[in-house]
Amino acid sequence: MKKSLLALAILAGSTALTGTAYAADKTLVYCSEGSPDGFDASLYDSGTTLDASANTMFDGLVNFKIGTTEVVGGVAESWSMSDDGLELTFNLRSGVKFHTTDYFTPTRELNADDVIFSFTRQMDQENAYYKHNNGQWLYFGYMDMANLIKEIKRVDDMTVTFVLDHPEAPIVANLAMAFAGIQSAEYAAQVEASGNLDDMNQKPVGTGPFKFVNYQKDAVIRYATNEDYWNGKPAIDNLIYSITPDASVRFQKMKAGECHVMPYPAPSELDMIKATDGITLMQSEGLNVGYLAYNTEKENFKDVKVRKALNHAINKEAIKEVVFSGYASIAKNPIPPTMWSYDDSTVDDEYDVDKAKALLAEAGLGDGFKTNIWAMPVQRPYNPDAKKMAELIQADWAKIGVDAEIVTFEWGEYLKRSKEGEHDTVLLGWTGDNGDPDNFMRVLLGCVAAEQGGNRARWCNDEFEAEMQAALLTTDAAARTESYKKAQGIFKAEAPWATIAHSIVFMPVSDKVTGYVVDPLGGHWFSNVDMN
Amino acid sequence: MLRFILQRLAVLIPTFIGITLTAFIFIHLIPGDPIEVMAGERGVSPEKYAELLHAFGLDQPLWKQYLDYIWQLLHGDLGKSFVTKQPVIEEFFKLFPATIELSLSALIFAIVLGIPAGIIAAVKRGSIFDHSLMTLSLTGFSMPMFWWALLLIVTFSGTLGWTPVSGRISVMYFFDNVTGFLLIDSWLSGQPGAFKSAVSHLILPTIALGTIPLATFARQTRSAMLETMGEDFIKTARAKGLSPFRVTVLHAFRNALIPIITVIGLQVGVLLGGAILTETIFSWPGIGKWMVDSIFRRDYAVVQGGLILIATMVITVNLTVDILYGLIDPRIRKKGH
Repeated sequence: MKKSLLALAILAGSTALTGTAYAADKTLVYCSEGSPDGFDASLYDSGTTLDASANTMFDGLVNFKIGTTEVVGGVAESWSMSDDGLELTFNLRSGVKFHTTDYFTPTRELNADDVIFSFTRQMDQENAYYKHNNGQWLYFGYMDMANLIKEIKRVDDMTVTFVLDHPEAPIVANLAMAFAGIQSAEYAAQVEASGNLDDMNQKPVGTGPFKFVNYQKDAVIRYATNEDYWNGKPAIDNLIYSITPDASVRFQKMKAGECHVMPYPAPSELDMIKATDGITLMQSEGLNVGYLAYNTEKENFKDVKVRKALNHAINKEAIKEVVFSGYASIAKNPIPPTMWSYDDSTVDDEYDVDKAKALLAEAGLGDGFKTNIWAMPVQRPYNPDAKKMAELIQADWAKIGVDAEIVTFEWGEYLKRSKEGEHDTVLLGWTGDNGDPDNFMRVLLGCVAAEQGGNRARWCNDEFEAEMQAALLTTDAAARTESYKKAQGIFKAEAPWATIAHSIVFMPVSDKVTGYVVDPLGGHWFSNVDMN
Repeated sequence: MLRFILQRLAVLIPTFIGITLTAFIFIHLIPGDPIEVMAGERGVSPEKYAELLHAFGLDQPLWKQYLDYIWQLLHGDLGKSFVTKQPVIEEFFKLFPATIELSLSALIFAIVLGIPAGIIAAVKRGSIFDHSLMTLSLTGFSMPMFWWALLLIVTFSGTLGWTPVSGRISVMYFFDNVTGFLLIDSWLSGQPGAFKSAVSHLILPTIALGTIPLATFARQTRSAMLETMGEDFIKTARAKGLSPFRVTVLHAFRNALIPIITVIGLQVGVLLGGAILTETIFSWPGIGKWMVDSIFRRDYAVVQGGLILIATMVITVNLTVDILYGLIDPRIRKKGH
């Protein structure tokens, strides 16, 4: 300690020092916002964990084309759906190699066994990995895959068929999600034989563009380029995630050249970042929506006129300026404008206090009423300050005689109670998982979701549901688009929500980095970037 | 002396039972459960919820969960994190050296600057130095840590470029952890510049975390010294013609040490608490941030295990301070009999 103190004193006025261990290589440093929970993406749902696992080291049967929600081939080079929509067959790509690491050397290339293992462990309760992880396959559950996949058949070494319980159009997009990354069955067997099943989560082996080198908890994750990547070796040699939880500190590190890319800049620093030399502030419309759901089971909100009145009373422009510092677009549909089937012809409930008063009077509530607005205790891209948003809505509603009390709970409690329908109105939102409208509309407004609680408006409309089911059962893109457009019309007329805003996603990127693309699904990808 | 130590150790048993109970009740009292928090906006189906609740043992009555936990503890098992699936003890010891390294560094910084400053202020009571020191220490004591840490970063890293912004070492260095203490490991690695990088990364967090203890030590030393210097034995020492240095350091300071050591002991707890903010801002991979994240996620095993381990550390330090009292002042040792 004496030595460190002495050195501390000597260095007190010295300049920052950087080492040279990676100096000769192209090393990209990404200042990530948090630590991964693990490296098996099927077990988790946080974007931070998926960035550190699925998006760097794994491929699905199909992948999303970077920067889009378009589904392209992954380790499967082609796929086809049977006419009855019950059999989905994938032809695997030949020559796909799993990572060779300090802890695993593959003896064969990827084949059907790996695909079958990757899903079986998430659906077979007798599987050793299912038991070991207490069945905590989050996204597999969210997407209701256990009720959708009846069986996965091995047709031959390079062909697998998913036999489905019922037709479901979004299944291909679902399989491009992080939870469906393909694991090595050979490695899993090796790990199982060693008895330490946690290794699958701590020492990952995938087929993706980068391979795992080392993780120093809460500090640094290191990856090396996968020289054998089937989709072409990435241009950078090393990828480092430097874990930096504070947004202002991330920006200071960008400025100091300690990292090249950072996510989630602080909204208050956006102008400063824009003005900083050597940093480009990239932006893209986020695939999200922030909304206020009316509990349609509560007496006052059963009448559509009341819901419409409240919608007309909300000044969304003011919310955009105050809550989002202007960096958002006002929402009129339950899906964002970047999503296919978005109906731009929808007319929003414009801010009109007189109209709101008149509608309320028509509904027999001309004297107003008492209600509550639930405000989330956490920040989300679709709602960076729910308390402030609630205060603005409260003030707007006061103008039409509606006296709203703002209520908040701890996050877990908030979700639980709102799922059980305790609220009158609740602020919440959604970020898309797979670019399919089903992932917004059925999940948030469908009748099953109303029963299970995900539909916070507890609104089950037969016409809307019929469109959801029709779109689910066909793979015809035009027919699906038509259904979703009709559904948006029904939604707008019925107003189970006040749609508030779609946020904008910002990414400060160093000018040394080329080729970086902002992902609409919120992921961070580095296989296609290069450095000057 | 042995009896004195044994008496102190005997008090630890009820203390530990109290700690396990407090840790358990504290985290279970917070509303919300780990499964709801884990699932977030997406939520899980009632069947999956029930399956996970059972798998984590959370469907048992609370008293049974507590007894199961104590049984586990008696077998030396602190459980596994719900989130990372890693043993709590393993995660703790991966992160603890970083916290210790930072806390020790901050403590030494505060002692080395705070105590001499307090002594000088006491000797030169009423001087400009004294008034300035008291004003500065009051400022240091009341400074919001978050603001102070960011100010340090913006000034010394952002504007002047003297120090790195955050982290424990430049990410460009990569070597095996031997001890977990980066100052030692970077030295052992033999990589040119690694040790310097580790030291330069330690400077700002040390100042940020050490500021409040520094102010406390300076004020405490000053008042303890002033009290001692008014005593008769100091007058006697002066009358005997001893040099002012000998009077101040050998007689006054030695007798002022008890309250100073008490404050140093108490500051260890404060340092661990302060480490939570410092670690978050400086991306310092220690236990502070780990614990806070676990509270938000209702990761019961980590919160309980972490609290017990931290409490053990604090108790050990306090016990050491108690024993030190006994060594320094025989009257305390005798009172213990």
